[in-house]
Amino acid sequence: MSARMRSVTRWIGAAAAVSTALTVWLGLWVTPPAEVQGTLARLLYLHPPIAWVALYCAFGVAALSSVLYLWHRTRSLFWDRLGASAVEVGVVFTALTLVTGSLWGRPTWGVWWTWTARLTSTALLLVLFLGYLALRRVPADPEVRARRCAVAALVAFVDVPIVTFSVDWWQTLHQRGTVLNPGLTLKVHGLMAWTMGLGFLAMTLVFVWMLLVRYRVEVLADRIGDGELEVSLSERWAEGSMPVIGDGAGAAGAGATAGVTALGTALDATLRQPAGGGR
Amino acid sequence: MWRDALLVAGKDIRIELRSRVALWQVLPFAVLVLVLFGFALGPGPRALRVAAPGLYWLAVLFSTVLATQRSMAIESGEGTRDGLRLSGIDPAGVFLGKAAAVAIQLVAVQVLLGAGIVVLFDVHVQTWWLALVASVLATVGLSAAGVLYGALSAGLRVRETLLPLLVLPIVAPVLISGSRAWSAAVSGAVASGASWLKILGPFAAVYLAVGVALYGPLQEVA
Repeated sequence: MSARMRSVTRWIGAAAAVSTALTVWLGLWVTPPAEVQGTLARLLYLHPPIAWVALYCAFGVAALSSVLYLWHRTRSLFWDRLGASAVEVGVVFTALTLVTGSLWGRPTWGVWWTWTARLTSTALLLVLFLGYLALRRVPADPEVRARRCAVAALVAFVDVPIVTFSVDWWQTLHQRGTVLNPGLTLKVHGLMAWTMGLGFLAMTLVFVWMLLVRYRVEVLADRIGDGELEVSLSERWAEGSMPVIGDGAGAAGAGATAGVTALGTALDATLRQPAGGGR
Repeated sequence: MWRDALLVAGKDIRIELRSRVALWQVLPFAVLVLVLFGFALGPGPRALRVAAPGLYWLAVLFSTVLATQRSMAIESGEGTRDGLRLSGIDPAGVFLGKAAAVAIQLVAVQVLLGAGIVVLFDVHVQTWWLALVASVLATVGLSAAGVLYGALSAGLRVRETLLPLLVLPIVAPVLISGSRAWSAAVSGAVASGASWLKILGPFAAVYLAVGVALYGPLQEVA
Protein backbone atom coordinates (compact mmCIF):
# COMPACT_ATOMS: atom_id res chain seq x y z
CA MET A 1 0.00 0.00 0.00
CA SER A 2 1.38 3.34 -1.01
CA ALA A 3 2.24 6.13 1.44
CA ARG A 4 -0.59 8.20 -0.04
CA MET A 5 -3.09 5.44 0.63
CA ARG A 6 -1.83 5.20 4.20
CA SER A 7 -2.38 8.91 4.78
CA VAL A 8 -5.88 8.65 3.24
CA THR A 9 -6.58 5.81 5.66
CA ARG A 10 -5.37 7.96 8.54
CA TRP A 11 -7.65 10.85 7.51
CA ILE A 12 -10.65 8.58 7.18
CA GLY A 13 -9.87 7.18 10.62
CA ALA A 14 -9.74 10.66 12.08
CA ALA A 15 -13.03 11.62 10.39
CA ALA A 16 -14.61 8.43 11.72
CA ALA A 17 -13.45 9.20 15.27
CA VAL A 18 -14.72 12.79 15.11
CA SER A 19 -18.12 11.90 13.64
CA THR A 20 -18.59 9.05 16.12
CA ALA A 21 -17.76 11.39 19.02
CA LEU A 22 -20.22 13.97 17.62
CA THR A 23 -22.94 11.32 17.32
CA VAL A 24 -22.38 10.26 20.91
CA TRP A 25 -22.49 13.88 22.11
CA LEU A 26 -25.64 14.75 20.13
CA GLY A 27 -27.28 11.45 20.95
CA LEU A 28 -26.64 11.45 24.68
CA TRP A 29 -26.73 15.13 25.68
CA VAL A 30 -28.24 17.39 23.03
CA THR A 31 -31.27 15.54 21.66
CA PRO A 32 -34.41 15.36 23.80
CA PRO A 33 -35.75 12.00 24.98
CA ALA A 34 -38.31 10.49 22.61
CA GLU A 35 -42.04 10.84 23.28
CA VAL A 36 -42.89 7.20 23.84
CA GLN A 37 -39.63 5.37 24.37
CA GLY A 38 -37.95 8.07 26.41
CA THR A 39 -34.22 7.81 26.72
CA LEU A 40 -34.19 4.30 25.24
CA ALA A 41 -34.66 5.75 21.78
CA ARG A 42 -31.09 7.06 21.95
CA LEU A 43 -29.84 3.59 21.11
CA LEU A 44 -31.53 4.03 17.75
CA TYR A 45 -28.92 6.60 16.73
CA LEU A 46 -26.50 3.69 16.56
CA HIS A 47 -28.43 0.46 15.99
CA PRO A 48 -29.78 1.16 12.48
CA PRO A 49 -26.44 2.60 11.26
CA ILE A 50 -24.59 -0.47 12.54
CA ALA A 51 -27.11 -2.76 10.86
CA TRP A 52 -26.80 -0.72 7.67
CA VAL A 53 -23.04 -1.18 7.64
CA ALA A 54 -23.28 -4.90 8.42
CA LEU A 55 -26.06 -5.88 6.03
CA TYR A 56 -25.50 -3.55 3.11
CA CYS A 57 -21.99 -2.06 3.12
CA ALA A 58 -19.92 -4.98 4.35
CA PHE A 59 -21.71 -7.88 2.71
CA GLY A 60 -22.37 -5.75 -0.38
CA VAL A 61 -18.64 -5.15 -0.79
CA ALA A 62 -17.98 -8.84 -0.10
CA ALA A 63 -20.48 -9.99 -2.73
CA LEU A 64 -19.29 -7.48 -5.31
CA SER A 65 -15.64 -8.38 -4.87
CA SER A 66 -16.50 -12.09 -5.02
CA VAL A 67 -18.26 -11.57 -8.35
CA LEU A 68 -15.35 -9.51 -9.64
CA TYR A 69 -12.91 -12.20 -8.51
CA LEU A 70 -14.87 -15.00 -10.16
CA TRP A 71 -15.26 -13.09 -13.43
CA HIS A 72 -12.16 -14.05 -15.38
CA ARG A 73 -11.46 -10.55 -16.76
CA THR A 74 -11.23 -8.88 -13.38
CA ARG A 75 -9.69 -11.81 -11.51
CA SER A 76 -7.09 -10.51 -9.08
CA LEU A 77 -6.13 -11.31 -5.51
CA PHE A 78 -7.01 -7.70 -4.71
CA TRP A 79 -10.72 -8.62 -4.84
CA ASP A 80 -10.16 -11.70 -2.75
CA ARG A 81 -8.43 -9.75 0.01
CA LEU A 82 -10.97 -6.94 -0.15
CA GLY A 83 -13.84 -9.42 0.08
CA ALA A 84 -12.30 -11.27 3.00
CA SER A 85 -11.65 -8.00 4.84
CA ALA A 86 -15.23 -6.89 4.24
CA VAL A 87 -16.62 -10.17 5.58
CA GLU A 88 -14.51 -9.97 8.70
CA VAL A 89 -15.60 -6.39 9.43
CA GLY A 90 -19.16 -7.36 8.51
CA VAL A 91 -19.17 -10.20 11.04
CA VAL A 92 -18.12 -7.77 13.78
CA PHE A 93 -20.88 -5.34 12.80
CA THR A 94 -23.49 -8.09 12.56
CA ALA A 95 -22.60 -9.19 16.07
CA LEU A 96 -22.88 -5.56 17.21
CA THR A 97 -26.27 -5.29 15.50
CA LEU A 98 -27.52 -8.26 17.49
CA VAL A 99 -26.03 -6.97 20.76
CA THR A 100 -27.41 -3.42 20.43
CA GLY A 101 -30.77 -4.77 19.27
CA SER A 102 -30.88 -7.12 22.22
CA LEU A 103 -30.05 -4.29 24.66
CA TRP A 104 -32.90 -2.28 23.19
CA GLY A 105 -35.31 -5.19 23.05
CA ARG A 106 -34.99 -6.16 26.70
CA PRO A 107 -36.64 -2.99 28.14
CA THR A 108 -38.91 -2.46 25.13
CA TRP A 109 -40.24 -5.92 24.47
CA GLY A 110 -39.33 -7.37 27.88
CA VAL A 111 -37.11 -10.08 26.42
CA TRP A 112 -33.50 -10.26 25.26
CA TRP A 113 -34.41 -12.31 22.27
CA THR A 114 -37.53 -12.95 20.23
CA TRP A 115 -37.79 -15.51 17.49
CA THR A 116 -38.87 -13.01 14.90
CA ALA A 117 -37.86 -13.38 11.31
CA ARG A 118 -35.50 -10.45 11.29
CA LEU A 119 -33.60 -11.37 14.44
CA THR A 120 -33.40 -15.01 13.46
CA SER A 121 -32.17 -14.34 9.97
CA THR A 122 -29.59 -11.83 11.19
CA ALA A 123 -28.29 -14.45 13.60
CA LEU A 124 -28.23 -16.94 10.73
CA LEU A 125 -26.29 -14.47 8.65
CA LEU A 126 -23.73 -14.20 11.43
CA VAL A 127 -23.28 -17.98 11.58
CA LEU A 128 -23.16 -18.15 7.80
CA PHE A 129 -20.28 -15.71 7.55
CA LEU A 130 -18.54 -17.28 10.54
CA GLY A 131 -18.58 -20.37 8.32
CA TYR A 132 -16.93 -18.31 5.60
CA LEU A 133 -14.19 -17.23 8.01
CA ALA A 134 -13.72 -20.86 9.08
CA LEU A 135 -13.38 -21.86 5.43
CA ARG A 136 -10.85 -19.10 4.95
CA ARG A 137 -8.72 -20.39 7.82
CA VAL A 138 -8.28 -23.73 6.07
CA PRO A 139 -4.76 -23.64 4.64
CA ALA A 140 -4.72 -23.78 0.85
CA ASP A 141 -3.08 -22.32 -2.18
CA PRO A 142 -4.05 -18.59 -2.34
CA GLU A 143 -5.80 -18.95 -5.71
CA VAL A 144 -7.72 -22.04 -4.61
CA ARG A 145 -8.70 -20.44 -1.33
CA ALA A 146 -9.75 -17.25 -3.12
CA ARG A 147 -12.06 -19.07 -5.50
CA ARG A 148 -13.57 -21.25 -2.80
CA CYS A 149 -14.18 -18.23 -0.55
CA ALA A 150 -15.66 -16.18 -3.39
CA VAL A 151 -18.24 -18.90 -4.06
CA ALA A 152 -18.99 -19.27 -0.34
CA ALA A 153 -19.50 -15.51 0.04
CA LEU A 154 -21.84 -15.38 -2.94
CA VAL A 155 -23.92 -18.30 -1.75
CA ALA A 156 -24.17 -16.76 1.71
CA PHE A 157 -25.00 -13.39 0.21
CA VAL A 158 -28.13 -14.88 -1.30
CA ASP A 159 -29.35 -14.95 2.30
CA VAL A 160 -29.16 -11.14 2.64
CA PRO A 161 -32.32 -10.38 0.62
CA ILE A 162 -34.13 -12.93 2.76
CA VAL A 163 -33.04 -10.91 5.78
CA THR A 164 -34.16 -7.64 4.22
CA PHE A 165 -37.52 -8.75 2.97
CA SER A 166 -38.28 -11.06 5.86
CA VAL A 167 -39.96 -8.19 7.68
CA ASP A 168 -42.51 -7.97 4.91
CA TRP A 169 -42.73 -11.72 4.28
CA TRP A 170 -43.39 -12.75 7.81
CA GLN A 171 -45.67 -10.73 10.05
CA THR A 172 -43.81 -10.18 13.23
CA LEU A 173 -43.47 -7.79 16.09
CA HIS A 174 -40.27 -6.23 14.82
CA GLN A 175 -41.10 -2.74 13.59
CA ARG A 176 -40.98 -2.11 9.90
CA GLY A 177 -38.22 0.00 8.43
CA THR A 178 -38.55 3.60 9.57
CA VAL A 179 -36.12 5.27 7.20
CA LEU A 180 -36.03 2.75 4.37
CA ASN A 181 -39.79 2.14 4.14
CA PRO A 182 -41.27 1.81 0.65
CA GLY A 183 -42.35 5.48 0.33
CA LEU A 184 -38.92 6.63 1.52
CA THR A 185 -40.59 9.26 3.69
CA LEU A 186 -38.67 10.13 6.81
CA LYS A 187 -40.64 9.49 9.97
CA VAL A 188 -38.04 10.88 12.37
CA HIS A 189 -37.99 14.64 12.91
CA GLY A 190 -35.62 17.53 13.35
CA LEU A 191 -32.49 17.19 15.41
CA MET A 192 -33.13 13.50 16.03
CA ALA A 193 -33.13 12.84 12.28
CA TRP A 194 -29.89 14.78 11.93
CA THR A 195 -28.28 12.80 14.73
CA MET A 196 -29.36 9.55 13.16
CA GLY A 197 -28.02 10.74 9.80
CA LEU A 198 -24.73 11.58 11.44
CA GLY A 199 -24.75 8.12 13.01
CA PHE A 200 -25.03 6.58 9.54
CA LEU A 201 -22.15 8.72 8.31
CA ALA A 202 -20.00 7.88 11.35
CA MET A 203 -20.57 4.12 11.11
CA THR A 204 -19.93 4.13 7.36
CA LEU A 205 -16.64 5.99 7.93
CA VAL A 206 -15.69 3.54 10.69
CA PHE A 207 -16.44 0.72 8.27
CA VAL A 208 -14.33 2.18 5.46
CA TRP A 209 -11.46 2.80 7.85
CA MET A 210 -11.60 -0.71 9.30
CA LEU A 211 -11.83 -2.16 5.79
CA LEU A 212 -8.72 -0.30 4.64
CA VAL A 213 -6.73 -1.27 7.72
CA ARG A 214 -7.86 -4.88 7.48
CA TYR A 215 -6.95 -4.99 3.81
CA ARG A 216 -3.46 -3.77 4.63
CA VAL A 217 -3.10 -6.44 7.33
CA GLU A 218 -4.16 -9.06 4.79
CA VAL A 219 -1.52 -7.88 2.30
CA LEU A 220 1.19 -7.85 4.97
CA ALA A 221 0.15 -11.28 6.26
CA ASP A 222 0.39 -12.71 2.74
CA ARG A 223 3.80 -11.12 2.31
CA ILE A 224 5.01 -12.67 5.57
CA GLY A 225 3.53 -16.00 4.51
CA ASP A 226 5.49 -15.85 1.26
CA GLY A 227 8.70 -14.63 2.84
CA GLU A 228 8.57 -16.75 5.97
CA LEU A 229 9.95 -19.93 4.45
CA GLU A 230 12.83 -18.06 2.82
CA VAL A 231 13.67 -16.28 6.06
CA SER A 232 13.56 -19.46 8.14
CA LEU A 233 15.68 -21.30 5.59
CA SER A 234 18.36 -18.61 5.53
CA GLU A 235 18.35 -18.50 9.33
CA ARG A 236 18.83 -22.25 9.37
CA TRP A 237 21.79 -21.95 6.99
CA ALA A 238 23.34 -19.24 9.10
CA GLU A 239 23.03 -21.58 12.08
CA GLY A 240 24.60 -24.45 10.15
CA SER A 241 27.70 -22.56 9.04
CA MET A 242 28.61 -21.68 12.63
CA PRO A 243 30.90 -24.07 14.47
CA VAL A 244 28.77 -26.58 16.37
CA ILE A 245 30.82 -26.15 19.54
CA GLY A 246 32.65 -22.89 20.12
CA ASP A 247 36.37 -22.48 20.69
CA GLY A 248 35.93 -23.16 24.42
CA ALA A 249 38.17 -26.25 24.24
CA GLY A 250 41.21 -24.00 24.78
CA ALA A 251 43.95 -25.62 26.83
CA ALA A 252 42.56 -29.12 26.35
CA GLY A 253 44.68 -29.32 23.22
CA ALA A 254 44.63 -28.00 19.71
CA GLY A 255 44.05 -31.50 18.33
CA ALA A 256 40.71 -31.85 20.10
CA THR A 257 39.59 -28.42 18.91
CA ALA A 258 40.53 -29.26 15.35
CA GLY A 259 38.58 -32.50 15.61
CA VAL A 260 35.44 -30.73 16.85
CA THR A 261 35.68 -28.10 14.13
CA ALA A 262 36.04 -30.81 11.53
CA LEU A 263 32.94 -32.49 12.91
CA GLY A 264 31.12 -29.18 12.68
CA THR A 265 32.09 -28.73 9.05
CA ALA A 266 31.06 -32.28 8.23
CA LEU A 267 27.68 -31.77 9.87
CA ASP A 268 27.33 -28.53 8.00
CA ALA A 269 28.02 -30.29 4.72
CA THR A 270 25.46 -33.04 5.39
CA LEU A 271 22.89 -30.47 6.38
CA ARG A 272 23.40 -28.52 3.19
CA GLN A 273 23.50 -31.42 0.83
CA PRO A 274 19.87 -32.63 0.58
CA ALA A 275 18.39 -29.17 0.43
CA GLY A 276 20.98 -28.12 -2.11
CA GLY A 277 20.13 -31.13 -4.22
CA GLY A 278 16.44 -30.39 -3.98
CA ARG A 279 16.77 -26.89 -5.30
CA MET B 1 -26.31 -30.47 -19.84
CA TRP B 2 -29.41 -32.54 -19.09
CA ARG B 3 -27.94 -35.67 -20.66
CA ASP B 4 -24.77 -35.19 -18.62
CA ALA B 5 -26.86 -34.71 -15.50
CA LEU B 6 -28.68 -37.98 -16.18
CA LEU B 7 -25.36 -39.79 -16.68
CA VAL B 8 -23.87 -38.47 -13.43
CA ALA B 9 -27.04 -39.12 -11.45
CA GLY B 10 -27.21 -42.65 -12.87
CA LYS B 11 -23.58 -43.28 -11.91
CA ASP B 12 -24.09 -42.02 -8.34
CA ILE B 13 -27.29 -43.99 -7.83
CA ARG B 14 -25.67 -47.12 -9.25
CA ILE B 15 -22.77 -46.73 -6.82
CA GLU B 16 -25.26 -46.29 -3.98
CA LEU B 17 -27.25 -49.34 -5.03
CA ARG B 18 -24.09 -51.46 -5.11
CA SER B 19 -22.34 -50.12 -2.01
CA ARG B 20 -25.58 -49.76 0.01
CA VAL B 21 -24.04 -47.07 2.20
CA ALA B 22 -27.23 -45.01 2.06
CA LEU B 23 -29.32 -48.06 2.86
CA TRP B 24 -27.27 -49.27 5.79
CA GLN B 25 -26.07 -45.95 7.22
CA VAL B 26 -28.15 -42.93 6.22
CA LEU B 27 -31.60 -44.52 6.57
CA PRO B 28 -30.94 -46.16 9.97
CA PHE B 29 -29.42 -42.87 11.13
CA ALA B 30 -32.62 -41.01 10.25
CA VAL B 31 -34.72 -43.50 12.20
CA LEU B 32 -32.29 -43.33 15.10
CA VAL B 33 -32.69 -39.55 15.23
CA LEU B 34 -36.48 -39.95 15.46
CA VAL B 35 -36.15 -42.46 18.30
CA LEU B 36 -33.71 -40.18 20.14
CA PHE B 37 -36.15 -37.27 19.79
CA GLY B 38 -38.76 -39.55 21.34
CA PHE B 39 -36.45 -40.14 24.31
CA ALA B 40 -35.70 -36.43 24.65
CA LEU B 41 -39.34 -35.34 24.64
CA GLY B 42 -40.69 -38.11 26.83
CA PRO B 43 -43.27 -40.78 26.12
CA GLY B 44 -46.29 -38.44 26.30
CA PRO B 45 -47.91 -38.63 22.85
CA ARG B 46 -49.16 -35.02 22.81
CA ALA B 47 -45.78 -33.30 23.00
CA LEU B 48 -44.43 -35.62 20.35
CA ARG B 49 -47.39 -35.05 18.06
CA VAL B 50 -47.02 -31.26 18.26
CA ALA B 51 -43.26 -31.39 17.70
CA ALA B 52 -43.37 -34.08 15.00
CA PRO B 53 -43.18 -31.82 11.88
CA GLY B 54 -40.17 -29.98 13.24
CA LEU B 55 -38.44 -33.19 14.31
CA TYR B 56 -39.13 -34.72 10.92
CA TRP B 57 -37.43 -31.84 9.12
CA LEU B 58 -34.54 -31.75 11.55
CA ALA B 59 -33.92 -35.43 10.85
CA VAL B 60 -34.11 -34.69 7.10
CA LEU B 61 -31.52 -31.90 7.52
CA PHE B 62 -29.09 -34.16 9.37
CA SER B 63 -29.55 -36.82 6.72
CA THR B 64 -28.84 -34.21 4.05
CA VAL B 65 -25.45 -33.52 5.61
CA LEU B 66 -24.68 -37.26 5.64
CA ALA B 67 -25.88 -37.82 2.08
CA THR B 68 -23.87 -34.84 0.83
CA GLN B 69 -20.73 -36.03 2.53
CA ARG B 70 -21.25 -39.45 1.00
CA SER B 71 -21.89 -37.91 -2.41
CA MET B 72 -18.55 -36.09 -2.23
CA ALA B 73 -16.71 -39.09 -0.79
CA ILE B 74 -17.55 -40.98 -3.98
CA GLU B 75 -15.52 -38.46 -5.91
CA SER B 76 -12.58 -38.38 -3.50
CA GLY B 77 -10.88 -41.52 -4.82
CA GLU B 78 -7.52 -41.36 -6.56
CA GLY B 79 -7.92 -39.30 -9.74
CA THR B 80 -11.70 -39.63 -9.75
CA ARG B 81 -12.29 -35.92 -9.92
CA ASP B 82 -9.75 -35.48 -12.69
CA GLY B 83 -11.43 -38.28 -14.58
CA LEU B 84 -14.77 -36.55 -14.28
CA ARG B 85 -13.26 -33.31 -15.55
CA LEU B 86 -11.41 -35.03 -18.38
CA SER B 87 -14.59 -36.73 -19.57
CA GLY B 88 -15.76 -33.36 -20.91
CA ILE B 89 -18.99 -33.44 -18.94
CA ASP B 90 -20.54 -30.02 -18.42
CA PRO B 91 -19.91 -28.86 -14.80
CA ALA B 92 -23.53 -27.72 -14.59
CA GLY B 93 -24.49 -31.25 -15.60
CA VAL B 94 -22.30 -32.71 -12.87
CA PHE B 95 -23.94 -30.41 -10.35
CA LEU B 96 -27.48 -31.26 -11.44
CA GLY B 97 -26.66 -34.96 -11.59
CA LYS B 98 -25.15 -35.11 -8.14
CA ALA B 99 -27.98 -33.01 -6.73
CA ALA B 100 -30.50 -35.36 -8.35
CA ALA B 101 -28.80 -38.40 -6.84
CA VAL B 102 -28.82 -36.80 -3.38
CA ALA B 103 -32.46 -35.81 -3.90
CA ILE B 104 -33.44 -39.40 -4.72
CA GLN B 105 -31.77 -40.60 -1.53
CA LEU B 106 -33.53 -37.87 0.43
CA VAL B 107 -36.86 -39.01 -0.98
CA ALA B 108 -36.14 -42.50 0.36
CA VAL B 109 -35.18 -41.01 3.73
CA GLN B 110 -38.37 -38.95 3.81
CA VAL B 111 -40.64 -41.86 2.97
CA LEU B 112 -39.13 -43.76 5.87
CA LEU B 113 -39.28 -40.75 8.21
CA GLY B 114 -42.87 -40.01 7.18
CA ALA B 115 -43.85 -43.55 8.07
CA GLY B 116 -41.80 -43.14 11.24
CA ILE B 117 -43.68 -40.12 12.55
CA VAL B 118 -47.00 -41.69 11.66
CA VAL B 119 -46.15 -44.89 13.52
CA LEU B 120 -43.97 -43.62 16.37
CA PHE B 121 -45.47 -40.18 17.02
CA ASP B 122 -49.08 -40.97 16.07
CA VAL B 123 -49.39 -38.14 13.52
CA HIS B 124 -52.35 -37.96 11.14
CA VAL B 125 -51.76 -35.85 8.03
CA GLN B 126 -54.99 -34.16 6.87
CA THR B 127 -53.82 -32.48 3.65
CA TRP B 128 -51.53 -34.86 1.84
CA TRP B 129 -50.91 -32.74 -1.25
CA LEU B 130 -49.55 -29.87 0.84
CA ALA B 131 -47.10 -32.13 2.67
CA LEU B 132 -46.02 -33.69 -0.64
CA VAL B 133 -45.49 -30.41 -2.49
CA ALA B 134 -43.58 -28.97 0.47
CA SER B 135 -41.39 -32.08 0.58
CA VAL B 136 -40.62 -32.02 -3.13
CA LEU B 137 -39.65 -28.33 -3.13
CA ALA B 138 -37.62 -28.72 0.06
CA THR B 139 -35.82 -31.77 -1.30
CA VAL B 140 -34.75 -29.90 -4.42
CA GLY B 141 -33.48 -26.96 -2.34
CA LEU B 142 -31.72 -29.16 0.21
CA SER B 143 -29.91 -31.27 -2.34
CA ALA B 144 -28.85 -28.25 -4.41
CA ALA B 145 -27.47 -26.34 -1.43
CA GLY B 146 -25.92 -29.50 0.01
CA VAL B 147 -24.06 -30.49 -3.15
CA LEU B 148 -22.88 -26.92 -3.69
CA TYR B 149 -21.34 -26.74 -0.23
CA GLY B 150 -20.15 -30.32 -0.44
CA ALA B 151 -18.12 -29.38 -3.52
CA LEU B 152 -16.85 -26.32 -1.69
CA SER B 153 -15.41 -28.35 1.15
CA ALA B 154 -14.41 -31.36 -0.97
CA GLY B 155 -10.75 -32.24 -0.72
CA LEU B 156 -10.30 -30.41 2.56
CA ARG B 157 -9.01 -32.39 5.48
CA VAL B 158 -11.46 -30.65 7.81
CA ARG B 159 -14.55 -31.24 5.67
CA GLU B 160 -16.38 -33.41 8.22
CA THR B 161 -16.47 -30.57 10.70
CA LEU B 162 -16.72 -27.75 8.20
CA LEU B 163 -19.62 -29.01 6.09
CA PRO B 164 -22.31 -28.95 8.83
CA LEU B 165 -21.24 -25.44 9.84
CA LEU B 166 -21.58 -24.28 6.25
CA VAL B 167 -24.71 -26.17 5.19
CA LEU B 168 -26.99 -26.07 8.23
CA PRO B 169 -27.42 -22.27 8.45
CA ILE B 170 -28.00 -22.08 4.70
CA VAL B 171 -30.82 -24.62 4.82
CA ALA B 172 -32.44 -23.16 7.94
CA PRO B 173 -35.19 -21.49 5.86
CA VAL B 174 -36.13 -24.97 4.63
CA LEU B 175 -36.40 -26.18 8.22
CA ILE B 176 -38.60 -23.22 9.16
CA SER B 177 -40.95 -23.29 6.20
CA GLY B 178 -40.92 -27.07 5.85
CA SER B 179 -42.04 -27.63 9.41
CA ARG B 180 -44.64 -24.82 9.23
CA ALA B 181 -46.06 -26.28 6.03
CA TRP B 182 -46.18 -29.74 7.56
CA SER B 183 -47.82 -28.45 10.73
CA ALA B 184 -50.46 -26.88 8.52
CA ALA B 185 -50.82 -30.13 6.58
CA VAL B 186 -51.32 -32.03 9.83
CA SER B 187 -53.91 -29.59 11.19
CA GLY B 188 -55.58 -29.04 7.82
CA ALA B 189 -54.97 -25.27 7.67
CA VAL B 190 -54.31 -25.26 3.94
CA ALA B 191 -54.23 -21.50 3.29
CA SER B 192 -51.58 -20.70 5.90
CA GLY B 193 -49.55 -23.75 4.96
CA ALA B 194 -49.54 -22.99 1.26
CA SER B 195 -47.99 -19.56 1.87
CA TRP B 196 -44.83 -21.27 3.14
CA LEU B 197 -44.39 -22.83 -0.29
CA LYS B 198 -43.56 -19.29 -1.45
CA ILE B 199 -40.31 -19.59 0.49
CA LEU B 200 -39.53 -23.21 -0.35
CA GLY B 201 -40.01 -22.65 -4.09
CA PRO B 202 -37.70 -19.64 -4.50
CA PHE B 203 -35.13 -21.27 -2.20
CA ALA B 204 -34.94 -24.29 -4.48
CA ALA B 205 -34.83 -22.14 -7.62
CA VAL B 206 -32.13 -19.82 -6.26
CA TYR B 207 -29.77 -22.57 -5.15
CA LEU B 208 -30.27 -24.54 -8.37
CA ALA B 209 -29.39 -21.41 -10.35
CA VAL B 210 -26.38 -20.56 -8.16
CA GLY B 211 -25.15 -24.14 -8.40
CA VAL B 212 -25.45 -24.27 -12.18
CA ALA B 213 -23.57 -20.98 -12.45
CA LEU B 214 -20.81 -21.61 -9.91
CA TYR B 215 -20.09 -25.33 -10.02
CA GLY B 216 -17.64 -24.85 -12.88
CA PRO B 217 -15.17 -22.63 -10.99
CA LEU B 218 -15.54 -24.87 -7.93
CA GLN B 219 -14.67 -28.00 -9.83
CA GLU B 220 -11.48 -26.39 -11.12
CA VAL B 221 -10.49 -25.72 -7.52
CA ALA B 222 -10.92 -29.20 -6.13
